Amino acid sequence: MSAEFKMIDLLPDGGDPAGASGHADHPPRMGFFTDTSICIGCKACEVACKEWNSVPEDGLNWAGRSHDNSGTLGADTWRHVAFVEQRVPVGGHQSNFQRDDDSFRWLMASDVCKHCTHAACLDVCPTGAIFRAEFGTVVVQADICNGCGYCVPACPYGVLDKREDDGRIFKCTLCYDRLQVGQEPACAKACPTDSIQFGTLDELRDRAAGRVEQLHESGVAEARLYGHDPDDGVGGDGAFFLLLDEPEVYGLPPAPVVTTRDLPRMAKAVAAAAGTLVALTVLSFVGSVDE
Amino acid sequence: MSAAERLLSAWPLVRQLRDGDPTARGAAAKSQGSRQLLARTAAADRVVKSVCPYCAVGCAQNVFVKDDRVVQIEGDPDAPHSRGRLCPKGAATLQLTTGAAREEHVLYRRPHSDHWERLELSEAMKMIADRVLATRADGWEWERDGKRTRRCMSIAALGGATLDNEENYLIKKLLTALGIIQIENQARVCHSSTVVGLGTSFGRGASSTLPGDLQNADLIVLEGSNMAEAHPVAFQWVVEAKARGATVIHVDPHYSRTSALADRFVPIRAGTDIAFLGAIINHVISTESDFREYVLHYTNAPVIIGEKFEDAGADGLFSGFDPDKPGYDPTSWQYDGAFMAAAAGQRDQEGNLDALGPQRDDSGEVEDRGTPQLDMTLQHPRCVWQILKRHYASYTPEMVERVCGLDRDTFAEVCRLFVENSGRERTTAFVHGVGWTQHTIGSQYIRAASILQLLLGNMGRPGGGVMAMRGHASIQGSSDIPTLFDTLPGYIPMPHAHRHESLDGFVSSNSADKGFWGNMRAYLVSLLKAYWGAAATAENDYCYDYLPRLTGSHSTYDTTMEMVKGTVKGFFLFGQNPAVGSANTRMQRLGMSKLDWLVVRDFSLIESATWWKDGPEIDSGEMRTEEIATEVFFLPAAAHIEKDGTFTNTQRMVQWHHKAQESVADQRSDSWFVYHLGRLIRERLAGSAEDRDRPVLDLTWDYPTEGERDEPLADAVLAEISGWNVDGELLPAYTELKDDGSTSCGCWIYCGAYAGGINQTARRKPAREQNWTCPDWAWAWPANRRILYNRASADPQGRPWSERKALVWWDEERQKWVGHDTPDFEADKPPSYRPPDGAKGPAAIAGDDPFIMQADGRGWLFAPAGLADGPLPTHYEAQDSPVRNRLHRQQRSPARQVYEHEDNRYHPDPETPGANLYPFVVTTYRLTEHFTAGGMSRWVPYLAELQPEFFCEVSPELAAERSLQHGDWATLISARGAVEARVMVTDRMTPLHVDDRIIHTIGLPYHWGPNGYARGDSMNELSSMSLDPSSHIQEVKALTVDIQPGRRPRGPARQELVEEHRARAGITAETGMAP
Repeated sequence: MSAEFKMIDLLPDGGDPAGASGHADHPPRMGFFTDTSICIGCKACEVACKEWNSVPEDGLNWAGRSHDNSGTLGADTWRHVAFVEQRVPVGGHQSNFQRDDDSFRWLMASDVCKHCTHAACLDVCPTGAIFRAEFGTVVVQADICNGCGYCVPACPYGVLDKREDDGRIFKCTLCYDRLQVGQEPACAKACPTDSIQFGTLDELRDRAAGRVEQLHESGVAEARLYGHDPDDGVGGDGAFFLLLDEPEVYGLPPAPVVTTRDLPRMAKAVAAAAGTLVALTVLSFVGSVDE
Repeated sequence: MSAAERLLSAWPLVRQLRDGDPTARGAAAKSQGSRQLLARTAAADRVVKSVCPYCAVGCAQNVFVKDDRVVQIEGDPDAPHSRGRLCPKGAATLQLTTGAAREEHVLYRRPHSDHWERLELSEAMKMIADRVLATRADGWEWERDGKRTRRCMSIAALGGATLDNEENYLIKKLLTALGIIQIENQARVCHSSTVVGLGTSFGRGASSTLPGDLQNADLIVLEGSNMAEAHPVAFQWVVEAKARGATVIHVDPHYSRTSALADRFVPIRAGTDIAFLGAIINHVISTESDFREYVLHYTNAPVIIGEKFEDAGADGLFSGFDPDKPGYDPTSWQYDGAFMAAAAGQRDQEGNLDALGPQRDDSGEVEDRGTPQLDMTLQHPRCVWQILKRHYASYTPEMVERVCGLDRDTFAEVCRLFVENSGRERTTAFVHGVGWTQHTIGSQYIRAASILQLLLGNMGRPGGGVMAMRGHASIQGSSDIPTLFDTLPGYIPMPHAHRHESLDGFVSSNSADKGFWGNMRAYLVSLLKAYWGAAATAENDYCYDYLPRLTGSHSTYDTTMEMVKGTVKGFFLFGQNPAVGSANTRMQRLGMSKLDWLVVRDFSLIESATWWKDGPEIDSGEMRTEEIATEVFFLPAAAHIEKDGTFTNTQRMVQWHHKAQESVADQRSDSWFVYHLGRLIRERLAGSAEDRDRPVLDLTWDYPTEGERDEPLADAVLAEISGWNVDGELLPAYTELKDDGSTSCGCWIYCGAYAGGINQTARRKPAREQNWTCPDWAWAWPANRRILYNRASADPQGRPWSERKALVWWDEERQKWVGHDTPDFEADKPPSYRPPDGAKGPAAIAGDDPFIMQADGRGWLFAPAGLADGPLPTHYEAQDSPVRNRLHRQQRSPARQVYEHEDNRYHPDPETPGANLYPFVVTTYRLTEHFTAGGMSRWVPYLAELQPEFFCEVSPELAAERSLQHGDWATLISARGAVEARVMVTDRMTPLHVDDRIIHTIGLPYHWGPNGYARGDSMNELSSMSLDPSSHIQEVKALTVDIQPGRRPRGPARQELVEEHRARAGITAETGMAP
């Protein structure tokens, strides 16, 4: 995988997307580490996000999906808490329902825009509405966006979404305005258990690795990180997670790949094809002159 | 930069080539909008320090103000308890306070009218004052049954836990002076049994510790608390403890978000906690796993009980039971040769003192109340230890299995965890909420946990204690400075109508002679001085006679019955919504429909304000709007950001919140309302020669005001609460209070909150600059002590039990108690101190008696007084239960309070004909996303959308049995009502094997009602008024219902369904009423 990415170095440098995007003397790359093992599913992140960003309330729909009535990330849901009820054997961890041999587990996880290192939404945006901010984050600028929607299918996580009555695209900005004045994003600030941690990505990755180790030592063998790896299909996420099960269980793609991955290769192929055509054309003229 | 250059650089291509962003996906693409962004937190003119108005965690808030309007509210990172975090409700405070859902104008409903009208605020105030005076004159009562009562029985008030302490103080003060006794608030229906349970056991009816101390625990037992959901920000300390290696277990009938984070989930049948806890007590005693040195010196285990005491054995009845009352005469529970008064609960001991014999003098005082007899070997058959051992001998693991439905292995594991995590080196903390309190034996639930914590030596120590999680911003405050019928500020009892009418007679009948309650006279006289100032003199007993008297229980449910009967004619609601939040909401509405007038003070048009036009009884045709004569005044309330004042949070911490903006239109604080109502009433009564008006006219009611609206200064009220001496000097502590009229103090336990003229509650020294108890953040009662009974963290000689669990200790060199917390002990009383013969009050507390509010300085394993239903917790089944009591013949608590009314019928006894009509257990709870009866969440779109509908949680097994489809509807039916809810089929609900039967439990959140943005039926349509006799709290955590697929009928058919079910079950007026 990594070899492949070396091939498409047109994309920002995996280690420094902000620097590669023209932000000289930029601050360190900032991100979220969401430790779902201590998420209590309170949805403070959803509300704090809406309050800060004036995201509209988007309807009373009792979904019956455990305690999740927000559904998915979308134009009006920039943080989304997933609730997963599982009948899985979890040893002494949280068992002892009186169903024969059954154990039970309730997973909760707050999802958000991943602020990818290789962000396809950004690559495909034709208007420059989506840009890489100096914190390495990916921000949709409402004053530029014309709602063309190219970014919507480009996102490998399905984060980008059009606000129907508005026509434009909205998603998490990692509270770009707050970051500029040295304040942490609203969701991380509110999070009661510090399940959502905000900080420099390097530090968060270290902390996350330590947390996984700690959980493994205490017998939670299923703890694993998601989106932390700079060598994954999106070059690592600016917002990554500690999960207690496979990503699909939480509604996350198991191996996301930046959907513009093949663009450079396609460009080369197109260039080659075009060159061939040109050569053939020239040749045909040459040939005809010869005649 | 020249114009040409600017023009050039406005062209993105130039920027992208020049600035190192060749693909224009970064700096070059930054828009003008992005360049101009400025966070409104940074643009604000000022930041105002405040406190979250929702639950009792009391998270500190920063309120950002721009151009005198609030633009953002978020957590204050300096705060030691919340550390800048907020839950979804706290995070929605901006929308709550500045959103569109708040009413701005006074609304008035004429008698028989079908609509609201606008009314000038000043006109409304005059009309309300007129009605109070007229109704009071009609309902005035000087005597009942030959005893002086001097009261008004025709007016009642409900609400206060969402208000400031200062507002509650003014409400209680004014209404008491008017002779009104039926004053209640949410504290009654939420945690009144905590006050009784903890108060009788340890001396104070409040949480002994703080959530932040849970980080020091080795084992945290969450039982009767859905902490992660109801108190998410406090739950961070449980997460913290886990990270430090603590074990967390959650005992609950319902697997909640709290269970998901616990190391072990222990499901037990709703209503069986005493069987469970009793069996752990039995385990500890029978294996001698107790902390013996602690037990011997700090508890009443060695005390010998009188010969007349008979334990509740197989029959389940203690000595002293009178089936005709029905209830107990507790005299036989007293110590051998000594008379103990309780520090909380049932404290009117007039009868008991009489029973002690002839030594009682005319003032009502008993010269010598005797000294407890101790057997330090714990062998005496009548010592508390032996009684306890015998009482719980039948509470075995086998009984836990049969009663609670919990397997023996898990139970053994729980016992092991308790024992392993208690002792010198380790501590266990209990966390409870209303899952324990709201039962007909709720006070005894708390007692059972208290007993266990005393046996294991966990009280007063870091990581120990009983953490009561309370649920409103100031529900602790509205217990301390009560808007409750049975107490005066500082837990001084309200007087009962008696023959001993004097101040001294009252004090003698209600207080212990030893310990700090021995100073009750000083506390009461100082309160009377605060109420009546110069008019209160030694000659007139400091106006003691101005206090109206009680004649039994006047709880909110008794008041409901009085409304239904037509005795109560006028009713105030202060931020409380009984039409959704009280048990048996139908009875609440029936009661209100009989009122002459109703005043509702709230943010929005809650169900309790609009039942006359759109309540369920209007829909069913049982009530007709035009026939309802009740006059309704709706007065919009100011929010916490629009007024100064204090909230007292769940850890007894009194925090000042500053005003951030002016409320609009007719929105006013409750202080404003009560102060000006009092002013108008006093103006009208000026010159009155009526005796009943003296308390109103003599009342100190001259508060300074500010602004065009004449808002009374909360500072001045807090200063009055805190107290001063004759020279006007603000007092430092309650130890300065005198019983000679030379001090004035509105609430003795809050004495010192304004010490030295400085508002101690407004202190906000950041947590990072203090030790973990954070003594300089706000102020905690009493005397800024953060962990109560912390003398018990040291051994009898004053040394910490262990270094790991050190908190306070005796410093021999400095001859004083020192440590991490303010000692909950006289600072210079050495461990070696022994009281001289005949010592009274605090002087009678020995240097190794850590429970200084108790008459004997000891924690009470056995409560010789204070409880109406027995000295020891005993398992009785809930009022409505599908299971026979396997531990005692007595099915239900024999002393419980029940009410006979055709709309408050109870279910048949289990295993009798008709019982199968209501076969399923219901338990109720809060969801994180909502707040209590919904008044502060169902109208807030950001919260409403998160949990938009009422739902019932059922197991897949029950769903199969009753053909319930996930996502479809179900109808739940009790003898009181029928509701519909969306069906949530979930593995989180588990059927329990109970004595060869399968018991299904249905989980119901209770937040909905027919008004607001998110609407639904109210759980409380199903519940009954059946109460704990000590605390008068209702049983809503364990009841029974039937469940059927599909929506409930509309119109008259809804009530017909209820009645048809009742008829099939053979329910009569006698059903479930037997003692």
